[in-house]
Amino acid sequence: MSDTPIDRIAKATPPGVAGKIKGLSDRAIAWLFVAPTIFLLLAVNIFPLIWTINLSFTNFRANRPNREVDYIGLRNYERILTDGDIWLTMQATAHFLFWTIFLQVLIGFTLAWLINRKFKGNDLWTTLIVLPMMLSPAVVGNFWTFLYQPQIGLFNYGISFLTGVDPSSFQMIGDVALAPWAIVIVDTWMWTPFVMLICLAGLRSIPDYIYEAAEIDRASRWRQFWTITVPMVLPFLMLAVLFRGIENFKMFDLVVQLTGGGPGSVTELTSINLKREAFEKWRTGYASAYAIILFVTVFGLASIYVKALNKVKER
Amino acid sequence: MKTAKLFAATAFAAMSGLSVSNAQAAELTLCWAAWDPANALVELSKEFEAESGHTMKFEFVPWPNFADRMLNELNSGGKLCDLLIGDSQWIGGGAENGHYVKLNEFFDKESISMDDFAPATVYAYSTWPKGTPNYYALPAMGDANGWFYRKDWFALPEIQEAFKAQHGRDLAPPKTQAELLEIAQFFQGREIDGQTRYGAAIFTERGSEGITMGATSAMYPFGFKYEMTPGKYDMEGAVNSPEAVAGLEFYKELYKTGTPPGYTDSYMEQSLDAFKSGQVAIAMNWFAFFPGLYADPDIGGDKIGFFVNPGQNKEASTLGGQGISVVAYSENQDAALEYIKWFAQPSVQKKWWDLGGYSCHVSVLNDPGFADSAPFASDFLLAMDGVMDFWQEPAYAELLLAMQKRLHDYVVADQGTAKEALDKLIGDWTETFEDEGKL
Repeated sequence: MSDTPIDRIAKATPPGVAGKIKGLSDRAIAWLFVAPTIFLLLAVNIFPLIWTINLSFTNFRANRPNREVDYIGLRNYERILTDGDIWLTMQATAHFLFWTIFLQVLIGFTLAWLINRKFKGNDLWTTLIVLPMMLSPAVVGNFWTFLYQPQIGLFNYGISFLTGVDPSSFQMIGDVALAPWAIVIVDTWMWTPFVMLICLAGLRSIPDYIYEAAEIDRASRWRQFWTITVPMVLPFLMLAVLFRGIENFKMFDLVVQLTGGGPGSVTELTSINLKREAFEKWRTGYASAYAIILFVTVFGLASIYVKALNKVKER
Repeated sequence: MKTAKLFAATAFAAMSGLSVSNAQAAELTLCWAAWDPANALVELSKEFEAESGHTMKFEFVPWPNFADRMLNELNSGGKLCDLLIGDSQWIGGGAENGHYVKLNEFFDKESISMDDFAPATVYAYSTWPKGTPNYYALPAMGDANGWFYRKDWFALPEIQEAFKAQHGRDLAPPKTQAELLEIAQFFQGREIDGQTRYGAAIFTERGSEGITMGATSAMYPFGFKYEMTPGKYDMEGAVNSPEAVAGLEFYKELYKTGTPPGYTDSYMEQSLDAFKSGQVAIAMNWFAFFPGLYADPDIGGDKIGFFVNPGQNKEASTLGGQGISVVAYSENQDAALEYIKWFAQPSVQKKWWDLGGYSCHVSVLNDPGFADSAPFASDFLLAMDGVMDFWQEPAYAELLLAMQKRLHDYVVADQGTAKEALDKLIGDWTETFEDEGKL
């Protein structure tokens, strides 16, 4: 009988090597398998993070490789935290985050609740609703600039049709008061379907027998909604909020295409501001400190949030 | 004997051909912005290819991304470009960071004299430190911000009549910034041929350099300057002088009362679109676009007129244009220098102008026929007489972004006063110059 491939490999393996492998403990073999991943993680995540922290204490500029680099202590951090313009950027980001998440959760959950009710054309509606999130943010940003155009934009005409105001009398992306809402509307249009899908998964995971038992107990629809639907969907909703929160904190492409951060700087979110500091002004040390501050903020908020999420799940 | 001579001649020709082809093996990449003059340069360069045997490749980047793309390329020591027609403001960084090859020795060796080029262009496009005989580029494309208008609308009797009734003078290309504002306001919302028209297309773009280039076109004639004493970085009293404040307030008024609705983030392309689509009566843009506009079958020819940026307290225009440099990281520097030598020839410069490029060579500009060679040629000469440019410091990008922010905040976003905007700008620039060790 001929040897199997395994037998052939075993025979071909030099006794020394085989012995060495045989001599390895389970822990050592586990390390052997995990080591490449850890190395990769260190190389692409941890090392850049440490390097960024190091740069944040310097006046380094990546476009001036020949210039002497000085350690300037906490000066970059001090400048950022006392810069009124940076705080305005933070406020713009907070406004964007709060309203996009609020509207997306509200509309997304409502849509999911409606879609979850069996009706004719259910699948078609689901497909149509999720279409916006399949588009590229750059494309969405571009065509919404046309929709918002005061002279030819459909959005302005829609508002004009509904309210009777002159379509060219207001500028969604050119007006300081309206531009922050313009980006909220577009992001909500694009990403509400994502929240809807997560909520839909949550709604469909609730077993029917719970509602049946509630019916037997003569619980009203309203009561069922607040005591069964909402608590059981809550972990899913919180997950959606976490995903959208992280995504929108680093929002860049959509807003750059729509407003470029303007008018003035009213829609200049932190990611846009950071990009300008790092890759247009080339203040690498300063931008590194800025990035670290943002990282600590997001990391801190996300940690608190994940703890809350775990508590909700445990209930 | 005859056969032997023929054989020798053939061998010589073959050998010289071989040696030429060895020297001509280079494939040169020239980087520039993607716009009308770039197409003219492609056409012009065919002659160089035929003469030298080198092959030319072109990398043209749209204006809004041009600075980002090219400065990243230079900062990373990229070898993409052998030749770069870089913006005038990059010259400081190009020289100090070692991105551009210093051309003095080459110019001396090849007898290329900077006296053969218009002094304003040599100063702006070639020298660093400013005004010193240290050359990092050959003036390639003269340019300034100018204006064009709907000559056919200006000529309409009912329009002339209405304007005269309103302002007590004939409607004609403006001689001052104040007249320009009156004209823009006159056309704002006016019905012509059954359609609503607007006054002026100006630059308001936030992301790159748009609003700075537009607003300085108003501020320079009012008296805005960067320093009290050139080279001293003493900006207080210059950047925020009463004249500078008046210039900025003027630009805001022009924006608020004379531009189409939604004109909040517009630069070259939007200005051209607004004019070509018949939205506006007048528009600002770089002279580089004027040949294309004049040739446009719909709005060019008799329908279009041109004028230099009007003065106010003085005559001044915002400088555009670029010099051509050899990139220090190029592996084809000899061939790139060969291109510059070829480009500097008066005959090539003449052809450059004929094709639609703006030559800076005095043999072209001082030609008696130059002013009449195109309807905008005399305005170009006027403009180049009074050009002013933004900082050309190595930290120019940082300086520019600060000005973009402060101007856009004030003009478009209605935040604060003109004086406050310019005071904040001095603060931003002071911080930058302190970081640079210049203050």
